Amino acid sequence: MRDFKRISVRRMTKRFGEKTAVDDFSIEFDKEEFVTFLGPSGCGKSTALNCITGLIPITSGEIYINDECIDDARASVPPEKREFGMVFQSYALFPHLTVRENVAFGLKLRRLAKSEVERRVGDALRLVHLEGYASKFPAQMSGGEQQRVAIARCIVLEPRLLLLDEPLSNLDAKLRVELRYELKSLHERLKVTTIYVTHDQTEALALSDRIVVLKLGVIQQVGSPQAVYSDPANPFVADFVGYKNAWKGRLEALAEGDGALFARVRTKGALVEARLAYPDGDPRRAALVAAFKAGSPVTTAIRPEDIVAGPSPGRASFRCTADLVEYQGQASHVSACIQSCEEERVDLRSASRIAFGEAFEASVDPGKVLVFALPGASPPVGAAL
Amino acid sequence: MSGPHRNGTLFLLIPAILAVVLLFVYPFGYGLLMSLTKADGSFSLANYARFFGDARDLRTIGVTLGIALPVTLLAVGLAVPLSYHMRRGVPGEKLIAFFLIVPVTLGTVLVSEGMLTFMGPNGWLNQLIMVLRLSPKPVQFTHDYAGVAVSVGLQGFPYAFLMLLGYVSGINPDLEKASQMLGANKWQTFWRILFPLMVPGIAISFCLNFVMAFSLFPSAVLLGQPSGPQRVIALAAYQWAFEKFNFNAASAISMIMAAIELCVIAVVLAWRGKMYKGASIVGKG
Repeated sequence: MRDFKRISVRRMTKRFGEKTAVDDFSIEFDKEEFVTFLGPSGCGKSTALNCITGLIPITSGEIYINDECIDDARASVPPEKREFGMVFQSYALFPHLTVRENVAFGLKLRRLAKSEVERRVGDALRLVHLEGYASKFPAQMSGGEQQRVAIARCIVLEPRLLLLDEPLSNLDAKLRVELRYELKSLHERLKVTTIYVTHDQTEALALSDRIVVLKLGVIQQVGSPQAVYSDPANPFVADFVGYKNAWKGRLEALAEGDGALFARVRTKGALVEARLAYPDGDPRRAALVAAFKAGSPVTTAIRPEDIVAGPSPGRASFRCTADLVEYQGQASHVSACIQSCEEERVDLRSASRIAFGEAFEASVDPGKVLVFALPGASPPVGAAL
Repeated sequence: MSGPHRNGTLFLLIPAILAVVLLFVYPFGYGLLMSLTKADGSFSLANYARFFGDARDLRTIGVTLGIALPVTLLAVGLAVPLSYHMRRGVPGEKLIAFFLIVPVTLGTVLVSEGMLTFMGPNGWLNQLIMVLRLSPKPVQFTHDYAGVAVSVGLQGFPYAFLMLLGYVSGINPDLEKASQMLGANKWQTFWRILFPLMVPGIAISFCLNFVMAFSLFPSAVLLGQPSGPQRVIALAAYQWAFEKFNFNAASAISMIMAAIELCVIAVVLAWRGKMYKGASIVGKG
């Protein structure tokens, strides 16, 4: 493997006709890093991955390995010469070849000695716990086993970059978790630089050093799993990582104090107080100040598990009526409508039982509430809410 | 006993079995019996002995194979790269398919008639050749091997191509990408991945095409020299049946035709089995 320090993607853009699938995409990967592209289907994450491999030609932008340009939209190193490995959602094992032949495929193309091929195939199969499977055909194996073969087939070549395109989404829930653990431990042992594409935030949080959240081909946020999970950059990321309660409203008050920003949001159904830990210079803070001055709309972002059923003294609360209760073991998932405003919904988890149709008080810790300014024209001053 | 037997659902098979028996098993058995008897009904191998003893009849095997094998090989051989090229669709695909299907729908006789005029001594093709001074005198296409071969090929190629196109476009496109990511160039990907996966389709389309070509009749009569170099085996059977009114001899010839076809199919299927071990593996994929 040719060594490298950093892979840089600079202003990569991919258009299919009128549609821009990947828009001005820039990111750097450090050696040994595990980076996840996270987003809903159609967000361009797979396209971005395929552009980096060279399987899809880019419209503009550049890709560098150290200082060597491997793609600048005019000239590009073909995929087979990039020394990247790719694992597909469909496994893409060659059905007419045995497991051994599948794993040896790339080694044989490199014209290695027979003994060397044997040894490396054996090592790779051991690494993915498939020692006894060498002479089986893919169709004789389960999905999880097939995906392990696909992984072995890539890592046996010691790729500079390993790319995984939703590798677990064709597996059942239990296998998915098992193989996720294995991917994690494999990465810890081999330290191969990895890009992982998924729409599943649990996988992204569990595996990644850094997460890139995408929407319609545009990067929304790049950060550690902790940052993306608890400090989302905008309402889209917040919604995607589980801040399900997004209520539109207007800022009634915005004040500084104790290094935090206090906000009081009047939504259609409730009054919500928030203590926001946005640091100075944070664009979210500047946008809120602007929204407060202009009286333009904002939105809350609150996780269902942070909404408490039952009155809490000293906190603003709102009355709701439960109209959907789903028992989920440890807690119930409750969907309710706020009584003073039928159209606004509350999503919460409740450990105590709430019955269908039951009315109850709900409140939320201001420290657990996020508030974002919404884009859009500000209404005329003094407009009624 | 399991459900189907007790419910009598097996009786639903009766129409299918009847059709197979009436349309295939009975005529075949009757033909076989006829070939093994003399005109008076007594058992005899004389019909076979006569065929293999008659140099003029025996030649028809070589003549027919000489047309059917190269034409089928060429048709399938052209269909493989063309279907590979068109596996993800190309502009004008519908138009290409249209022109391929037209000769099939028109039928052998019309196509042969057309070719007689087009490729005849005074046809457009020869006029073009004369204008371009490619040859001092008109080239003999019709009433010769070339005419028969082109006609049989025109009929067979669309089947081979359409079958293989369906086959190759059904192969998971990720396999090609995976092969490329593992370091294979286009050529290596084709020979190591796509071609072996196309083998079952190639084998089947070869067999079907060969059987069609081997029983050629109208194109040999219209475009060849049916009395001499292009006296094909089907023509020999026809002449015995309807010119000499010896149905027993004709049946023996058709049995020999079937045996030759089965031999070729067996060879092709053996090749397929050698090329594609994975095909016999059943399981979830």
